[in-house]
Amino acid sequence: MKRPALVATTALLALLGTAHAADQPVIGLITKTETNPFFVKMKEGAQAEAKKLGAKLMTASGKKDGDTAAQITAIENMVTAGAKTILITSSGDAIIPAVKKAQAKGVQVIALDSPFDGADALFATDNYKAGVLIGQYAKAALGNKPARIAMLDLFPGHPVGAQRHNGFMAGFGLKANDAKSNELSSTAETVCAADTDGNQAKGQTAMENCLQKAPDINVVYTINEPAAAGAFNALKKAGKDKGVVIVSVDGGCAGVADVGKGVIAATSQQYPLKMAAMGVAAGVDYAKGGKKASGYVDTGVTLIAGQAVAGIDSQSVKVGTDLCWGKK
Amino acid sequence: MNTSLKDKLPPLSQLGPFIALAVASLIFGLSTENFFSGANFALILQQVMVVGVIAIGQTLIILTAGIDLSCGMLMALGSIVMTRFAVDYGLPVPVAIAAGVGVTTLFGLLNGLLVTRIKLPPFIVTLGTMNVAFAITQLYSDAQTVSNVPDSMTWLGNTFTLGGTQIAFGVVMMGVLYLGVDYWLRDTASGRHVYAVGNHPEATRLVGIPTDRVLLGVYVLAGVFYGLASLLSVARTGVGDPNGGQTENLDAITAVVLGGTSLFGGRGLVLGSLAGAIVVGVLRNGLTLMGVSSVYQVLITGILVILAVAVDQLSRKGDR
Repeated sequence: MKRPALVATTALLALLGTAHAADQPVIGLITKTETNPFFVKMKEGAQAEAKKLGAKLMTASGKKDGDTAAQITAIENMVTAGAKTILITSSGDAIIPAVKKAQAKGVQVIALDSPFDGADALFATDNYKAGVLIGQYAKAALGNKPARIAMLDLFPGHPVGAQRHNGFMAGFGLKANDAKSNELSSTAETVCAADTDGNQAKGQTAMENCLQKAPDINVVYTINEPAAAGAFNALKKAGKDKGVVIVSVDGGCAGVADVGKGVIAATSQQYPLKMAAMGVAAGVDYAKGGKKASGYVDTGVTLIAGQAVAGIDSQSVKVGTDLCWGKK
Repeated sequence: MNTSLKDKLPPLSQLGPFIALAVASLIFGLSTENFFSGANFALILQQVMVVGVIAIGQTLIILTAGIDLSCGMLMALGSIVMTRFAVDYGLPVPVAIAAGVGVTTLFGLLNGLLVTRIKLPPFIVTLGTMNVAFAITQLYSDAQTVSNVPDSMTWLGNTFTLGGTQIAFGVVMMGVLYLGVDYWLRDTASGRHVYAVGNHPEATRLVGIPTDRVLLGVYVLAGVFYGLASLLSVARTGVGDPNGGQTENLDAITAVVLGGTSLFGGRGLVLGSLAGAIVVGVLRNGLTLMGVSSVYQVLITGILVILAVAVDQLSRKGDR
């Protein structure tokens, strides 16, 4: 059923590509999904930068996270359409062979947000550092009390999940694996660990179960802000929302608003708009000067906290709101 | 009415979920400190109420030898519609709830019409509506969580105290729905027709039962249950979540299969699906309490599903 649509898309992209290839550098942006506000913001950044630099931007995405088949098709279509640079937030390592084929045809492929082997360059948040920042904050906010920590993770085997998890523990001063490890660390202080899929309902279920296991939890690490909102809900229903430090990662507008309301104590904000803008600029450079981008560029991460604590650098909710993505 | 005791006892495939539940509970009870408590069981019931109510609709459809892949996505769509109607348009809560349930019911009707009028296989029809519902949910919500839901809409998530244990009103609603549907399926003519259609549609039609009308009714009714599950989801989480429903989809089918309802139609108990849903919840809760990685939960659930289907198939052979 998908075939005719694909052929039509390819043909259309090819037309668009050839019409502009002569005068304008063509840059492709492939995101994990089209609807997630994080990627909407990313696309916005790419479009603005492309307009500024006079580049032609093509975009495509998978249906949901993990939809590598759609991303592979998009890579092939964009190469056919004459793209000289492809920016991609990888949904999984299944895209690597298609990336290699594109590179063999002289296309520069830059990974945004999610790393994979073989990309020319990576523009992304340092997820380990994002974890370290909230770990340090949680430690300072807790003070001298003995830590009883719930770790609300993504799902097993995801590198970003492991980096944030281990980074948090390192920041908290606990023994943890380094940034390269895909193994989730645990110590006596991490009294409970459960998966949330980054989803609010599952975050709530995970926290409820953790409270059954250890009713005296006083710090909650969460993989992202929807999971944090679910955890708060569980704590509130158990009458334990006071005095528990919830920390998270992302910096979406809903999450920053939750920091303002005291639902989340602090979150590490990342910058999708910047990733895409830098990617487009690198694409234009390559088209004009033939020089490929390389290595890893940290697009920055900022700790947004409802209440600043002594000894920890953080920004206010207002600063976070100015830079967030999604509905304000 | 002169049935012997043997006929009254359900077959092994239908006792299976209750045995699995007892065994799992025993293991977790012995290996963790906090598993056996009223509070923990009340919690597990709260955690499975959404999947449990979806599974009622799914059971009805599977009893007719169909399958509904759209159930979780319809639940998510219903919850987005009811929360947006209440929060963004400021409509009274009952109107908003009716709109959400109305949308899932309409989708049920659409599924039913495509299955009965155009004679499309339920698998394909609901694969299509699953995608349609997912896309509408994302577009209609801008992929954003709907928050600030009025308290009266989340009332079913509140609890009352019974014997020192806090029980959610939503759990009571789930129980009432299960008992009602169980009575309907066992003891009324229209309920028996559902089994008949699943067992042998042609013979059923020849004895004068309007099979298409029974089928259509089942799909519409399933849509109503998905809408009620939407309400429970909103009550439980306090938000309309566009990313909801993705795990509930397969969890509900898993619950029904674990519950001993035959995928070939015509055999099964709706109460088995409740036990199946609780088994999934007990595994998740118990393994977290034991500190075991969630991968093992997926592994065990997979093995149980295969066991359940195998027992059903073998007992079918025994019948013939």
